[in-house]
Parts: sequence; C-alpha cells; structure tokens
Amino acid sequence: MATSSVSKGCFVFKPDFKKRKISVPIEDYFKNEKLESEDSKLRFETYHLLWQRMKSETEQLQEELNKNLFDSLIDFLQKSHSDFQKNSGNWGCQMKLREIPTAALILGVNVTDHDLIFRSLTETLQNNVTPYIVSLQAKDCPDVKHFLQKLTSQLMDCCVDGKSKEVKSVKTPKKTNYSMDSLSSWYMTVAQATGPKMTIKKRTTSSQWQFPPVVIILKNMESFSTKVLQDFIIISSQHRHEFPLILIFGIATSPVIIHRLLPHAVSSLLCIELFQSLSCKEHLAVILDQLLLTAQFPFKISKKALQVLTNIFLYHDFSIQNFIKGLKLSLLEHFYLQPLSVLCCDLPEAKKRIKFLSVNQCENIRRLPSFRRYVEKQASGKQVALLTYDTVLKEETQLLLEDLHVYHMNYFLVLRCLHNFTSCLPKYPLGRQIRELYCTCLENNVWDSEEYASALQLLRMLAKDELMSILQKCFEVLHSSTTKQLGSTTQKVKDFLTQFQNLDADSKEEEDACGSQSKGLQKTDLYHLQKSLLEMKELRRTTKKQTKFEMLRENVVNFMDNLVRSYLLPPESQPLHEVVYFSAAHTLREHLNAAPRIALHTALNNPYYYLKNEALKSEEGCIPNIAPDICIAYKLHLECSRLINLVDWSEAFATVVTAAEKDANSTISEEMNEIIHARFIRAVSELELLGFIKPTKQKTDHVARLTWGGC
Amino acid sequence: MSHLEGAVLCREAQVSALQALFGERHHFSFPSIFIYGHTASGKTYVTQTLLKTLELPHVFVNCVECFTLRLLLEQILNKLSRLNSSEAECPTEVTCETFNDFVRLFKQVTNTENLKDQTVYIVLDKAEYLRDMEANLLPGFLRLQELTDRNVTVIFLSEIIWEKFRPNTGCFEPFVLYFPDYSIGNLQKILSHDHPPEYSADFYAAYINILLGVFYTVCRDLKELRHLAVLNFPKYCEPVVKGEAGERDTRKLWRNIEPHLKKAMQTVYLREISSSQWEKLQKDDTDPGQLKGLSAYTHVELPYYSKFILIAAYLASYNPARTDRRFFLKHHGKIKKTNFLKKHEKTSNHLLGPKPFPLDRLLAILYSIVDSRVAPTANIFSQITSLVTLQLLTIVGHDDQLDGPKYKCTVSLDFIRAIARTVNFDIIKYLYDFL
Repeated sequence: MATSSVSKGCFVFKPDFKKRKISVPIEDYFKNEKLESEDSKLRFETYHLLWQRMKSETEQLQEELNKNLFDSLIDFLQKSHSDFQKNSGNWGCQMKLREIPTAALILGVNVTDHDLIFRSLTETLQNNVTPYIVSLQAKDCPDVKHFLQKLTSQLMDCCVDGKSKEVKSVKTPKKTNYSMDSLSSWYMTVAQATGPKMTIKKRTTSSQWQFPPVVIILKNMESFSTKVLQDFIIISSQHRHEFPLILIFGIATSPVIIHRLLPHAVSSLLCIELFQSLSCKEHLAVILDQLLLTAQFPFKISKKALQVLTNIFLYHDFSIQNFIKGLKLSLLEHFYLQPLSVLCCDLPEAKKRIKFLSVNQCENIRRLPSFRRYVEKQASGKQVALLTYDTVLKEETQLLLEDLHVYHMNYFLVLRCLHNFTSCLPKYPLGRQIRELYCTCLENNVWDSEEYASALQLLRMLAKDELMSILQKCFEVLHSSTTKQLGSTTQKVKDFLTQFQNLDADSKEEEDACGSQSKGLQKTDLYHLQKSLLEMKELRRTTKKQTKFEMLRENVVNFMDNLVRSYLLPPESQPLHEVVYFSAAHTLREHLNAAPRIALHTALNNPYYYLKNEALKSEEGCIPNIAPDICIAYKLHLECSRLINLVDWSEAFATVVTAAEKDANSTISEEMNEIIHARFIRAVSELELLGFIKPTKQKTDHVARLTWGGC
Repeated sequence: MSHLEGAVLCREAQVSALQALFGERHHFSFPSIFIYGHTASGKTYVTQTLLKTLELPHVFVNCVECFTLRLLLEQILNKLSRLNSSEAECPTEVTCETFNDFVRLFKQVTNTENLKDQTVYIVLDKAEYLRDMEANLLPGFLRLQELTDRNVTVIFLSEIIWEKFRPNTGCFEPFVLYFPDYSIGNLQKILSHDHPPEYSADFYAAYINILLGVFYTVCRDLKELRHLAVLNFPKYCEPVVKGEAGERDTRKLWRNIEPHLKKAMQTVYLREISSSQWEKLQKDDTDPGQLKGLSAYTHVELPYYSKFILIAAYLASYNPARTDRRFFLKHHGKIKKTNFLKKHEKTSNHLLGPKPFPLDRLLAILYSIVDSRVAPTANIFSQITSLVTLQLLTIVGHDDQLDGPKYKCTVSLDFIRAIARTVNFDIIKYLYDFL
C-alpha cells in the first residue's frame, strides 16, 4: 500500500480484498516498508477476524432495527392481498373502485442506505409473501416502454430462479413487444402452472394463494418522471383483476411528494398507506452503542477520529453505510500503521501473543509514549529491568493489558451511568446523546470541564422521583454487566434506592424530632433564649436546613462524582492505550472527506508538496522558473481579474520562464521564443481542460477566469 | 332494446344519436365518430354497452396501454382476427410496424365471411394519447373507411375537445358527439340505481341524497362518488343495525352521517388517508382526527450542511444578485430599497417564483452564512447533487453542462423556515422581500 503516487490527498484504498484477482496473497499488502514489522500476516488475520465479528454484529443490529418496519409492511401486503382475493362477490366490493394497494415507505434522505434496506426487504418478502418481486429505479425507466420492459424481464427472472425448467418453456412474449396485456396473460399461465406446487414447497401460513401478488418496489420515487408513473398506474389499474399488483414507493423526503407527482385522478387509483423507517440518527446511536461503547470489541477509536466519522455523518450524508465503511477504514488503518496492533485482540489471545513477541516488538513497546510515562513512574530498579529484560517487559505488558481491559469494562458502565444522570438535565450541559458525552470523556478529564460542574449543580437540584428513576436505570446498567469489579457500586446504588424509598417513612419522624428539640428550649431566661436562637439561626444558615432527602441527594451526587473521577480517566492516561486506540484522524479525513479543489490548488500552487523536488522549494509568493509550465501559468492567472489578457499572460509567462537565463544571455533566440510560446499554449489549454478558464466572446484575445480568490 | 334502457341511465339522447349513426348492420356508417366529455360522463360505458348489446363486431382498445404505434396496431389486428375465428383455433399473432401494413392487413382480416357484410367498429379509448404518436396516425384512422375500402367506423373517446386534436395539415372531420356532465338529478338516479340487496331502494336513495349534498360541490366524478358512497354506507346504516333508528328516521340518520361525510371529504377523498384505513377507522369507531394524513408529514430530516446549502439556495433563488452585498458583507453601507433597484425588481420575488443561480453564488452565500469554516470538500458537492435528486433543488438547463451549472430552489417558504429554525438561522432577515 505504498503511495508513491502523486495523488496523496484523495486516494481511497478500498479494503475490498476478495475482488482483486492478483496472485499476491492479500496479507502482503499489509507489509509496511516504513515499519518493517514481521507480524504483518498476523495483523492482517487479526484485522480480518475482528472485522468479521463487527460486521456480523452490525448486520444483526440492522436486521433487528428493520424488523418492526418489515413486519408491518408484510402485514399490510398480506391483508390487502387477501382482501382482494376473498370477497369479490360482496356488493360493496363490486361497487368500490379497484384501488392498487400502495405502501409509501419513508426512508430518509440517506439514499445510499436504501439499497441495503430494499435488498433485505426483497428477501423478507420473498420468504413471506410472494416470489414475484421487482424493484425498479428511475434511471432504468425514462418512459413507459422501458418501464414495462424492465418489469417484464425482472419478473420472468424471479420466476425462473427458484422454479423448475418447465416454467421457462411457458411462452414468453416477444422481445420487442412488452405490454401489460402480454404480461398479465403470462402471469396467469405461470401462476396457474406453479401456484399449487409453490404452496407446498414454500412456507407456512399465508402464502397459500393461488395467485400471489406481484410487488413492485420503486426506489427513490422522487426521481421518477410523473408521466411514466401516471401512465403505468392507469394501465395497471385497468389490469387489476388479472394482475394483482402491489406498489411500494421508496420515498426519501416526505409523502407530500406523492401528491406532487400524481394528480388526483391518478392518486385516486391508489390505496396508500404510510410506513416510516427508523430515523438515521437513532440508527447511528444504536450502532455506536453496540460497536464502540462496549468492551466486547478490543478496538477503540480516539476522540478526533470519532469526531471525523460522526461529523461526516451528521454534516454531510446521514449515511449509516458510509459510517460503517469509515469504521472499517479506521480499523484497517490501525492494523496497518500500528505494529503493536497484534495485541489488539481478546485478552487471553493477546496474553498468548505477548509471549511470542520478537525483540523488535519489545522495542516498539518501550518506545510507546504511554509506556515510557509509565516506566518513569516506577522505582528505579524496576525501570532498569523493564528497559533491559524482555521477559520482565512481557510480564508487565500482560498485566498492563489486563488493567486496560478492566479499565474499559468499568469505563463504559460508568459512562452509561453518567449519561443517565446528565441526559435528563435541562439544556443538556454534557450533550443529549451518549456519543457527545463519550467524546468529552475521551478528550481529557471530564470533571475539569465547566459543563461538568454545571451539570453537577443541576443534579443537586433534582426532585426525588427523577433521581430515583435515574438510580433505577443506573442499577439496571450496572446489574446487567457480568463483571464483578463494580459489584460494590451496584450494591451502593441499590442501597441508595432503598434509602430513598424509606425516606417517606422517615420524614415524619424527622419532623417530630424537630418539634421535641424546640420544646427543650423553653425554660431559660431571655438572654439565653436570644443567644440560643441566634446560634440556631447561624446553624441553620450553615447547614442550609438540610433535610434528610437533601443529604441523601448530596450523597448520591458525590458518589457519582467519585465514580466519574475514579473510572472515567481519559484513555491517554492508560499505559499501552496506543495498542487499541486508533488516532490517525487526519488520514481518515483525507480519505473520507476529500477536498478536490484544495488538492488541485495545492498541486498547482505549491508543486513541491506533491513532487518533493528540492529545487521546487520556494518561499511564499514567488514562482520558481523550473516549476511545471502549468503551475507557472496557474500562479500568474491567480493575479488576474475576471478576464485575462492572453498577450500579457504569455509575456509574463515568458519572463518567468527565462528569468534564470537572462543573467547569462540577454537575447533569446527566435527558436527559443517559439518553444516558450508553444509551452504557454499547452499550459493554457491544460488549464482550460481542468476548468479554470474558458474562452469568451466578450473581448478579443481574452479568456474568462472561472475561479475566484487568489488575488 | 329494453335491456339497453335498463343498463344505460340518463344517456338516452346520446344512445339514440349513436344508434341512428350506426344504422343497420350492413349499412355503411359515418367513417369516424369523435365522442368527448368530462371524466366519468359515461363515454366508455355507453359505447361498450351499446356495441355489446347490439352484438356488433367491434374492437375496444385503450390507447394508454399502447404506448407505441406497433402495439396499438397489432392489438387492433389481433383482436379483429380473434373476432373472426371460432374459439377453438388460435390465430397466429400478426406483426405490423407501420400504418401502411396495417391497412393491408386490415383488408385481409376483414375479408372473411364473418365481417364482410357488416360494419366493423374500432373504438379508441383515451384518444388524446394518439396525438403524441406518429403524425400520420390520427388522420389515417379518421379516413380508415376510405383507405381500406371496407365497412369500418372508428370511434374516438376523449376528454378533450376535437379542436385540440385537429392537425394543422388538415384532415377528415369526424362526427363530433358531446357527452354533457351528469346533472345532480342524474347522479342521484344513477347512484341510487345499484342499491345493496339487503336494504330498500328508498333507504339507499335517501343516503345518496345526503352524500350528494356534501360532495356535489367538490366532486362530480361518478366513479369517485360511487366509491365514497360504498365506503361510508356502513356508517349510515349503523343506527339501523343497532336498532336506534328506523329506516325512515331520516333526520336521525342525517345527523349521524353528515359530520362523518365532511371528515371524509377532507381525508379519504383527497387520499390523505387510504380507503382501507378509513374502513378500519369506521369499524373500530375511532376518531379519524387521530390518524395523520399524508400531508401532515412534511418534516424532512437533512444533514447539517445540506440544510445550509438549501437555505443558501433559497436565498440565491429569491434575492436579486445585486443585493448579496447588502446581506452578506459586513460593511455594506446603507442601501435604500426604493432607489436601489430597477423597476421590475420591486415586485415581490416570491410572487415571481424562484430564479436560477450559478453554483458559485450558492457556494459564496453558503460560506458566509455558516458560522464555521466550510472546506469545499467532495462531500459538499455531492450533497448539492443529492439535493437535486431529492427534488429540493432542480438543475436548470441540461444535465451535462459541466462549467457553471445553474440551479433553482424548489422548496416553499414554510419548508425553508422550518429548516432554518432547526439551525437557528433567521431566514426572514436575509430575504429581500421581507425587508
């Protein structure tokens, strides 16, 4: 993966290994010349294993998230179709318009994710409702003819797929001649031929229809042209009886688009029901929760890298797929760049691997800044041992890794507890989402921040029932974990809860106690009374007349504060955190959020940046005459206004190019002149090709500049 | 004949006119008849019933389905040959690419014993689609009798008047027959005609009367009215079924159904709520107000920068370019609205609709309205394109124009205000119209 290429800024290394058909084994790509590590193969395998685990986890998550939506969709399809099949003899059904059942599926603006949803939807429907499922895209259907053509061919494909060869022999309409007529007659014959067979073969409950419905999925309905949709709906509504059609509209924006695309005459042919998928922000929250905010996977992401990923998601595309790809890229980069990432695996395996670490790798560990900090804190005897004996080092590393593991276990539990506390506060001082809190905690000591202080202040004002529900949630979080480390904490939270519950009973007694105390004051003289009253007043001010509840609340908040201070240390403070944390945010940004304009400008303005030729090194503002011609022309054009005079430009170009020779030889030969002229013309046409200038008719011998800024 | 009268209501004049035109079976009829009238005024139904009951040889073709010339012609020929042959033998499918072939093949097909001595009718439903096909098609069909030298009549059914059809090269003028809209009395008669078997005709007629009272002002489409009648009938019967009112207790029934119908007009008629959902609501007896219609979901969730791109596009679309200095430069000085602008710019831009703007202007506005620095990354550009695919922006001119593409913002003011509110951007302050 060495990039000797010029395009440093925008090269995406697709980690799609399987598709490359090269004889070199994939692991070899993992050899990083700079690092000279012999563990590249092992690292690659670890990466692969880990990614498989993460991938299957995400897929499972997405399946669960979509389940609700799919279930209601299937319900709708089955119901509307069985209605259609059942009561055709009824008076009402005879009179009613034959509406085409239509599901409007609102999926959100992240169009790139839709494919996945549609794919799994198709699969689910195939298993549960009907084998006839067609999904169409706007770009395939510029007119009704193509629409029907695509529909027919896909429909026949999905029939041939599962069924026997006999079906194939059922007469198919001629290639050129696709019409709804032929389609519906084809459907009748096929459904009759395969219908009964299918019911036996295919599954359980509701698919015992003689004529299973034909489901057409229109992906991204916004981009379909109105005419095609209208015509198709009118045509198919006329064939409703012999061709049981169900439409699914994939909508990215809002269902109002249906009314915008279809006039009333057409929309009155549809029986539209709305289905809404999970919002992509919630989706992201779930993915983050299950992939990163857990000790299940050893791999972690630093604050900056996480921010790059979430920012791309929130600011740019809302695409879960892209987010997961970004995660994959960071995983890959981590294993590629960090030689010690061999240890980024489950704890028992990591311990085993430590034993076989080479001398080089031991040296790598010693070089880690976090490890060095750790060593400096040790006693001098141990320092020497750690730095000289590999065996000592290995033992110590094992211990440290174990500590790191425990640290993570506790970290996420406490983080969740803290989130429970802060997420109900007004104005959300520490963020509404747990990812925001996580980012703050990753960066530095969270308790030093102003937001944390204000959050604590707000917590001290919470009402009892709120506090109790929070504690209950915390208890559930802590209780759900299997580890024993925070056992005492769990117990403590439980104690707090019981104390709160007992508070009601206690409060009565407390009042009584107050009353008896005041009685005790009665038999004294005036002076003493005054004095004691003053004392009491003072006392009340200092204790602020704390009730039992307030004391308990204070205790809870302090307890939480202590938890945070002892467990939510930033990962940088942990020795060996480099092993599991990926922190190269800038590579991530370069790969995922490329800036072509900036890269182009840098390449032309400062060729040294990419070419790494020492001669090209120049100060700001001056143009070296040995730079590529296009760079010189580009730099000169930056100084011009909207229209550029070609003659002036060419003269300036010639001056720059001949700048060095001028000292030696003031006259330039005719031939040289011509060459320079040709070079200029080539540079200008290259600039035109890149889209920086264009010819104009406003003024003769001028070109128009298409960029702004610079001068 | 009596059967015909029973089947076709309120169209006596048209039926007799058509019958007069058709004449006896072997008579040559008028070469082409053009029937027009509003949606659901019984054009198709009357023609079809008439031809069927009189057992005339006819072919019925819907032009929406035949989106190419070839499909249309082949369908006519195939149906004709099916008319010809007895049921057992399956005629071979003909292929026919041009109108010339059609005339030739038509002669062959109609040369048989069956069709020789009687008029063959070709009915082209939704004839307005013919105008989008080949130019020779319509004039050809108009004089098909003459071209083929056969006893044939072509009937066009359309919702558009004949004047909109007439090609500028001139053509044979068809016989034009107008189907007027049904009056309220007609509608009442037709709708009451098919009452449910379990209730008396009078009971249903009273119901139809109420229904028309509510819906007649907004909808005269017979099909739609019939659909609505069926949907809401169970609700009307409810008191009768429960035994709270008799069939003759019209007042009570009216009070029960009227608000329900009004609600139906706002929801199910506009297809805000689907008919199946409406039926379900009726069955469960829940308040229809609880179910949100399609138009209620206007909220669109967009990525942060997409929101700003959309806002910038809106500003660029509705502000004159010359005012950009005033809105987005810090020290713009004072510009008075009145003498600053040309005359035509003084009318509200919101009345004139969005104007196209170049990409550069969009980006320049974007950079000045976003608080933080925005790098011109590939993501920003792809976001603009995805806004175009979402139809929130449209590209002006051709897609493949690469240098200086122009866009228009197509969202409404309400929409953009809702978007701007989510990012705390006071868009009204930046709109020239609201200065």
